Amino acid sequence: MTINEKQDELIEDFELFSDWMDKYENIIEMGKDLPLIDEKYKVPENLIKGCQSNVWVQPEFRDGRVWFTADSDAIITKGLISMMVGVLSGHTPEEIVDADLYFIPAIGLQNHLSPNRSNGLLAMLKQIKLYALAYQSAANQGHK
Amino acid sequence: MARLDTDRIRKDFPILSTSIYGKPLVYLDNAATTQKPVQVLDTLEKYYQEYNSNVHRGVHLLSQQATAAYEQARKKVAAFIGAAESDEVIFTKGTTDGINLIASSYGRKYLQPGDSVLISAMEHHSNIVPWQMICEERGAVLKVIPMDENGVLKIDELPGLLDEKVKIVSLTYVSNSLGTVNPVHEVIKQAHAKNIPVLLDAAQAVQHFPIDVQELDVDFLVFSGHKLYGPTGIGVLYGKAGWLNDLPPYQGGGDMIKTVTFAKTVYNVLPYKFEAGTPDISGAIGLGKAVDYITELGLDAIREQEDMLVQYALSEMAAIPGIRFIGQAEKRSSVVSFLINDIHPYDLGELLDKQGIAIRTGHHCTEPVMDFFGIPGTCRASFAFYNTTEEIDFLVSGIKRAAAILQG
Repeated sequence: MTINEKQDELIEDFELFSDWMDKYENIIEMGKDLPLIDEKYKVPENLIKGCQSNVWVQPEFRDGRVWFTADSDAIITKGLISMMVGVLSGHTPEEIVDADLYFIPAIGLQNHLSPNRSNGLLAMLKQIKLYALAYQSAANQGHK
Repeated sequence: MARLDTDRIRKDFPILSTSIYGKPLVYLDNAATTQKPVQVLDTLEKYYQEYNSNVHRGVHLLSQQATAAYEQARKKVAAFIGAAESDEVIFTKGTTDGINLIASSYGRKYLQPGDSVLISAMEHHSNIVPWQMICEERGAVLKVIPMDENGVLKIDELPGLLDEKVKIVSLTYVSNSLGTVNPVHEVIKQAHAKNIPVLLDAAQAVQHFPIDVQELDVDFLVFSGHKLYGPTGIGVLYGKAGWLNDLPPYQGGGDMIKTVTFAKTVYNVLPYKFEAGTPDISGAIGLGKAVDYITELGLDAIREQEDMLVQYALSEMAAIPGIRFIGQAEKRSSVVSFLINDIHPYDLGELLDKQGIAIRTGHHCTEPVMDFFGIPGTCRASFAFYNTTEEIDFLVSGIKRAAAILQG
């Protein structure tokens, strides 16, 4: 599936819920599918410190595609990360760099990407794109 | 004493009857900022619509009216805190600004290498960082009055800490994250016995109970307008005239000078010496109105209502499975910090928000307090006189619902 196909599927899933608490139960449930970062990578260098919840993320570059493992100490944040990682993992650096994550506002969670939200999610998205950008430029260097 | 008529009072605060996410707003984040009564809002609007003008400068009528209203607000604040003279009231941007002013002006004049500044273990970052900055600049040391596991200052350690190196004590009257009310009379008495001045951070005190700076005999006292039902961007520094005359200015600019030549500037008298530039005129006038409003309700009646609310909250919340209160001082304000089992405060705060309940989560700008208790942060509900026991019932049921979801 493309990044956008995955996003559309998520948006469709969330259309089932009209009540906020049900939405959150679903987000928390999705956190259980997050490929967890190996404990040995939970080091300060991999910590994306939001103001309130801590987020760790670790990229892996395999066969031209990027895969992410991650974790958070807040379970709603963990659910959101799981969705984000689910959408972006397994794609090429170019696809990740260019991705527009419209599913987050579409399911009413745009607050989570506002800079004053300080839950680490926006910082994590930036970090994921930076990792992808680094792989992309490394690959471009290799082609020269 | 007349009890407060909460139903009538709530009508003064338009925001309290709004909804968020289709749920009636339950606003329990009053320690972060309070809501504003229509009386204050109308005062701000009237100022801008009818006599907006710069103060202390103009020959024209509007400027005279604005100046009169601005100076009237200063008198109201002075009376509110029992200052001997209104010149002892300096308008600032807020509590943080007032502490920075004293740290800078006092520190530059009186702190020498090897001296120390004494604060407490429960200070807000705004009463830590300005002192750290000036201590670093002057080669002085920051020392801390410790607290116990209930969040109560170990006051018996104070005599040992107040040595001849201490040049100023800067202490919070009420802890913003624990709710502890500190024994400030005792601290002031002991410090003064050694000729050490005391600054009180009254940001979490002045809205909850009557304060008389002369009775306290405090040297400096700071607070914010927005936590006292007034506008944001305005605050107060009270200082004894002797000290304020003695200290050098903080910022230079217009209004704080008598004469300026390129060779030499002569500074203005109090209070203007510490009010460089165009002040927050509308903010000061709005704060004056907020002071009127609070005075009319009466701080004794406010204290009684808030004591009732916090006691009700503590007893109702105690029945929530897995709850742990952070800060259990006997003398406390209407702030309740808590955790539920190992639920992250952020998760709980978010699920309360979606039920229309506004609380604060995080370290509350008191990271050393969180480190002391070994926790990343807390959930904090803080009550004002316009809150009701029904709202506390909503909070309790909201916490239970959120906890059920978060604990699977």
